[in-house]
Order: sequence, then structure tokens, then C-alpha cells
Amino acid sequence: MHEAVTDTGGRPATAAPNAIELRGISKAFGPVQANKDIDLRVPQGTIHGIIGENGAGKSTLMSILYGFYKPDKGEILVNGRPLTIADSLTAIKAGIGMVFQHFKLVQNFTVLENVILGAEDGRLLRPSLAKAREVLKRLAAEYQLNVDPDETIDELSVGHQQRVEILKALYRQADILILDEPTGVLTPAEADHLFRILEGLKAEGKTIILITHKLREIMEITDNVSVMRRGEMVASVKTAETSPEELAELMVGRKVLLNVEKAPARPGEKILEVRDLTLVDDEGVERLRGISFDIRAGEILGIAGVSGNGQTQLLELLGGFPEKGSKSGGTIRMNGQELDLTGTMSDASTRRARGIGHVPEDRQAEGLIMDFTAWENTAFGYHRAPEFNRGLLMDNAAIRADAETKMEHFDVRPRNPNLAARNFSGGNQQKLVVAREIERNPDLLLIGQPTRGVDIGAIEFIHKRIIELRDAGKAVLLVSVELDEILSLSDRIAVMFDGRIMGERLPGETTTGELGLLMAGITDTAHADASEGIPPEHKHVDEVSGERG
Amino acid sequence: MDKMPKWADVILTPLISLILAMAISAIVILAIGESPWLALKTMIDGALGSSYGWGYTLYYTTNFIFTGLAVAVAYHASLFNIGGEGQAMLGGLGVALIALALPWPHWSLALPAAMVGAALFGAAWALIPAWLQARRGSHIVITTIMFNFIAAALLNYMLVNILKPAGTQDPASANFPEGAHLPQLTEMAAALGIEWGKNTPVNITFIIALIACILVWLLIWRTRLGYEIRALGRSEPAALYAGISPVRITVIAMLISGGLAGLMAINNVMGEAERLVLNAVEGAGFIGIAVALMGRNHPFGVFLAALLFGFLYQGGGELALWTSIPRELIVVIQALVILFTGALDNMVRMPLERIFLALRGKGHA
Repeated sequence: MHEAVTDTGGRPATAAPNAIELRGISKAFGPVQANKDIDLRVPQGTIHGIIGENGAGKSTLMSILYGFYKPDKGEILVNGRPLTIADSLTAIKAGIGMVFQHFKLVQNFTVLENVILGAEDGRLLRPSLAKAREVLKRLAAEYQLNVDPDETIDELSVGHQQRVEILKALYRQADILILDEPTGVLTPAEADHLFRILEGLKAEGKTIILITHKLREIMEITDNVSVMRRGEMVASVKTAETSPEELAELMVGRKVLLNVEKAPARPGEKILEVRDLTLVDDEGVERLRGISFDIRAGEILGIAGVSGNGQTQLLELLGGFPEKGSKSGGTIRMNGQELDLTGTMSDASTRRARGIGHVPEDRQAEGLIMDFTAWENTAFGYHRAPEFNRGLLMDNAAIRADAETKMEHFDVRPRNPNLAARNFSGGNQQKLVVAREIERNPDLLLIGQPTRGVDIGAIEFIHKRIIELRDAGKAVLLVSVELDEILSLSDRIAVMFDGRIMGERLPGETTTGELGLLMAGITDTAHADASEGIPPEHKHVDEVSGERG
Repeated sequence: MDKMPKWADVILTPLISLILAMAISAIVILAIGESPWLALKTMIDGALGSSYGWGYTLYYTTNFIFTGLAVAVAYHASLFNIGGEGQAMLGGLGVALIALALPWPHWSLALPAAMVGAALFGAAWALIPAWLQARRGSHIVITTIMFNFIAAALLNYMLVNILKPAGTQDPASANFPEGAHLPQLTEMAAALGIEWGKNTPVNITFIIALIACILVWLLIWRTRLGYEIRALGRSEPAALYAGISPVRITVIAMLISGGLAGLMAINNVMGEAERLVLNAVEGAGFIGIAVALMGRNHPFGVFLAALLFGFLYQGGGELALWTSIPRELIVVIQALVILFTGALDNMVRMPLERIFLALRGKGHA
């Protein structure tokens, strides 16, 4: 290794040169600025955490580092030397290894075959395999990376598969290892083992970049941590000098985007009662671990949480379309009547008939058929309703007239029902979905990420409509990863983490810091500073920011 | 992504593909020392120059309309049914069993019964692949193509061992009774006092095919079922969200598709041969794929594409008859048209899209 480099001002003083240095990296996808002027310095031989909510731009940044995307602007230095990383081969040659969240392994190959795949030394496999076997034996001894080299991948547990990914990188002589959400798929014991492996690698002088949204991991294992929020690097600090509270705060931000006028809720009858809801997906992962809550008429229950903690599964299960092959338990009562959870009456159209409207999280994949016209979409899910049909045929004229009304009520632009859904902007697409669901006047509205990728004007509009629905005495279940949205709309807030509800709070009596900790799975929030709680009524419009587009 | 205008998508692209196919065909014909011009003239004269030629062209067109519609309906549910061949074979079996079951007094009774038989047998043959796809995820392309082979073997067995009248050597069923004879268009024209299409096999099935086009159009764009088929074909997650059962729609779409393919047998088995013979379908099931692709899976497009392939079939036959261009070369020409309009569609489409995008860009600047 090199001698210590003199500090050039502004950099954290380190004994070794930076393994990775990014200067002013920017990357936009169309109008979305995924990375904005990112600076990052990762000293050699350290574990560096990158933390941020989903969609903060972490994965884009790492994909740039691994040559999957070309940055629009900016410079990358690897071990002090500027490098243009045009493809992953360049990255591998520069000693960068990547362990993806979704493994890239050939399922019916052995561990050994996977390790040499793409790194074979010659036309014949036998010498490479023999060499790899030796290397693997050494690596296993050095880093506790024990995996049977002759086992095929589909025989291995997820934790072991991840080790194979790490072995692959090490076999290619990576000394900078990037792990993208490595513990998302691991059991706590497997995660602990992974951390021991990472500690071992660090002791050998390897540099590790850990991308995660879990605060516990950051605090436990990293030397430095950088926080990303909405495409920007908002802070880089030494882990020893920070606290989970501060990181949670930095991660979710405290910016209050919108002013929502709303009167106090007047809760009425119980509309929805959920008890001990569980769901195991087809890979055997427990996605919901006993969820219970009630929603009354005239109130909005907000579910906060980093995405991927079971909110999607909860919405889909309530909406009547849980993932194929998943098994669920528990009870759902709607207006006092128990809903069929798994039988023939558990599909989405039965749920609609029971008075449940649903604005799904992913409007482009689920809420709309992008190739259908706007008018075809405004009947979607309700296309069997008698008013849209005339005998055997659909009453297209009636559907079109209804679409025109909905588009007018929700100010969808352009107001052309014959235009395909894909030709509308994100905000107007969302208005189409929200219009369709709210105009049916459901007793309960499930609404997931109502304003994801929606422009500021439409956000305000959609928020108003949700509150109007509440004031009309309907129940609303709001799921959002935007904390400020949860804070300003909800009458009660439940925080989900790892398939559980970590706690319920009232929006006027909590802080983003406290919610952030709950979102990270830390229930001991007594010491979070409660003085920062801002009641939604007091938020100001002048804090509106236009960066969400 | 902005696309090009609809007329360019629907008319210009297939037209350019067709011209390319013809150009390469012309080069091949030149290479073997024949005149492409003469060949084209022979084909047009033979297929479209006389009522006799039209009679055959429309007969083939009828076959291709049914198999083309079959592919198109399945395609709207995002299912690639390449089992039209086998489904049409089974349709023929259904027709033969019904036609031979009773001494039919009049075609007007025999025809509806035979249509039910054809559609049921064709649909039944599509049911197992459909069920396997919907429930087990077995790929429909694999299963339907396998079922073509099983259909051929089954038909062979049925003809040789069961349907063949005793004492004959020909692996074919007995002739259908007189009362099951379908009116030929010639006869229908003669009843109106017009002499048209003498000695040609085109029959009342052609009119049924046209009605089928209209019904399929209604089904796809005007009914709830069609709406659900199209929704599932575009996005399965969205279909689930809307309470549409993918299993149910997959099976129903394939049943309709198989039924349409089976209905082709009314034309070739009942309308023309008036008995069931081996290999009655003659590849029309596969031509249906090209017809549907070229016709953009729209019933009207399917009709036009079926007409084109009817022309190619009849014109190709004439070419073999009147010129020294060998029969094999006609297959080459037909294959080139399928290749360009079907498989290589994107080769023409993508540059064309780029041209339109560039033009539009200029328009805005």
C-alpha cells in the first residue's frame, strides 16, 4: 500500500489514499435527477456505509461505479487515479467487486462453476476449476467463507448464495467490495456471520461499501457513513461521531413540503378491522408477521416505513390480489363482516363489491393499462358494473361519458379520453387512477404512494381529495414512504418494519426523528427529541419545494 | 416512446416488407434464368385474372382467415398459439364425425351442427395447453406445437383404423352424405343468374369467415370478455388488481382461439373435400401466424393478409403450372413473404420509426 497522502483540505484525514473518490457525479433519467452533484470519499481499508431511503439514489450511484450507467457529469478516482468506467469489466479490472441485492448466479451450476464463470483461464475448464478450488479453500480459511464448492446453487441457503457472490468478487481479486442491501434477504444470524466476514476482509486491507437503509447495521459495522436523500449526498460523517437519531433525521429529512388544510378527524364506526394478518411469500419469506389495526369511518390511518417492509404485501392482501403462491392468515373484517382471505371470494372484484377502493402503489404496472385509452382505464376494475354494460356488449358511450366527467372533476390534462394512458404525465396518470377509485365513493380507500413521481400541483390536489373523502365519513388507509405526506395527511400513524407494526403515533405528538427510528426497527424512542414535533396545522406553504417532479 | 402514425404502422410497414420480399424473390427468379416480370404476371393472371382464379384465391383466403383469427385472439391475451395446425386437424375430425353420424337431409341443418363439432374439437385441442399454461406455467408455444404432432398422429390413427370404410386402401373417411354438401359460391351465383367461378372450391364458408371477422372484432373491442382478454394481455399484475382471473381468461381465450382454428375445417373438409383426408390442413395453421402478424392481430388486417396469402397460394400454383419455375421456388417465395412480413417485421419498422421521429423532430424545431 501507499504511504499516507497529505491531507488536501476538506478531506477527512486518513492514513491511506481513497479507494474510491467521486467528484460531482450527476445522473438524470429523463426528468428525474437520480444523482445530483455527488461527492464521496472512501478511504482504503474502511467499511463505508451509504444510507438513504428507497429512491434516494444509492443504487444508481453504485451502478455508475460498477459501469452499468454512465454519469452525465463528474469524475471517478479509484485508488487515487482517475478512471472512466465504461462497463463492468473495467470496474472488475480496477479491483471493484459488486454483490447485488438480487444475486447473479446460475442456479444449476456448482459453486465452483459459478465462481469461474467469466473468469476462466483457458478453453479447457479443468485447470481453472482446479485453481479455483485451491483459491476457494484459502479464502474459506481466511475469511470464514465456507461453502461446499461442489454444491449447486439451488441447494444453498440464501446466506450461502451471498457468500458465493462475495467469493466471486474475491476470486477476481477485488479489493473494493460493494454490497447492495446485503442483509435484506438474510436471517439475523446470517447477517451477523456476514458482518464477521466483512470485518475479516477489512482486516486484510479490503475496502467495503455497504448500501443499506438499516441503521443498526451502519452503527454496528461501518467506519464512516454517507447519507443520501433525494439524489443528493446530504452528509458524510464518522460513524463514531454520530447517532442513530441523527442519521434517521438526515435520512428522512425535515423539510415540510406541503400545507394541508384539515379539520380534526371525527372518527365514527369501525370500518376495517385487521387482526393478526400474516403472509409468507412463495419463497418462504415472512412478509407480514401479525399485523393488527382498525380504521374508523372519517379517519386516515397512515402507514409509514421504508419500502420493502411489508406495506406492499399488506395493500395487496387487503385489495384481494396477494402475490401468487403466497400463504396468508389472520382475519379482515369490513363493516363487521369477515372477508374471505384465501378462497374463491378473495379476488379484487369481490373486494370492490364490498366497498374497498384501491389506488395501487404502482400505477403503471397495476393501476392502469398503459396501452388502453384514458376512458378504458377509468372503468378498469369496475368494467363489470351494470352502468357500463348493455347486454352482451360494453356500453362504450357510457364509459366515455363517465370518463369525461371524472377527468373534469380531477382536472386531468390533456382532457382527452381517447389518449392512451402512457401519453399522460405521471401526475395525470395518477389523477386518472385516483379519480376512478374515489368517484366510486368507497367505504374504505386503500391508497399506496399516492404522490410518487407526481408533480407538486397534482400532489396538493390529490391530498385535498383524500381529505375530502375522509370528511365524507370514509375510511382511508394511506401507505407512503414520504414521511411528510404521512405526517400531514394522517390522523394516526402506524410504522411498519420487517412485517410488523412497530408502534402507533399521533402526528401532532411525534417527530420525524422518532418515526425514523421506528422505521429502522428501533422501538426504544424515548430519548428522541420530542420538541421537534411540528403539528401539521402549523406547516407553512412557503416551505414548498419544487424538486419533486 | 413516441411511435409513428397509425397509417404507417398498419399499411406502410407491411407494404415495404412485401416489396422487399418481392424484390428478393425477383432476384432469385432472375438467378435461375427466368423473368420475374413474367412470373408476377402469371401469378396475378392466375389468381386474380379470372373468376376461376378468384374462386381458388378466396378458398385459400377462407382457410387463412380462420387460422389468422385464431392466432390473433390468443395474441390479444399475450398467448402465442402456434397450435392452429393441430386444432384445425381436430376440427376436421369433429366435422367428419358429425357429417357421417346422420343422413343429413339438408346442408342448412348439417352446417350448424358441423360448425359446433369443428369448434368444439378445435377448442378441446387447445384446452390442455391452455390449462397447462394457466395452472402450471408450461409455455404455450411448446405445448401447442407438441399438440400439433399429437393431432397428426391421432388423425392418422382415426383415419386408418376407424373412419376408413372397409375395403378401401385410401386413409380417408367415407364421403359425406349428399345432404351435408355445402353450397359453392358458384352455385349461389348461378341461383342469382350469374356465371362465376366455375369448378372452384370456394363455398359458403367464405361468408362465414367474413362474419367471423366481424364477431371477433366485436368480441375484442366491444365485450367485457374482450376487455379482460386485452387487459390480461397487456399486464397481468394490472389484471389481478382489477379482479380479472388470469387462469380463467387464459383458458377462455385459448378455447376461442382453438375453436376458430377448428372452424377452418368447415371450409376444407366439408366445403371442399367432402370427406376427411390425411393432411387436410396443409400448413394453413402455420400460415395463420404470418397472417395474424401481418394483419396486426386486427380482424380487418387478418382479412387483408389472408387475401394476400390466398393470392400467393393460388398464384404460386399457377406459376408451377405455366412456367418452368420449379414448385420448390414457389415455396421459397411464400417463405420470403412470411419471413419479411412476419419474422423480420422489426427490420422495416424500426428504421421507419426512426425516420418518422426525425421528421417530427424537424417539425418541432
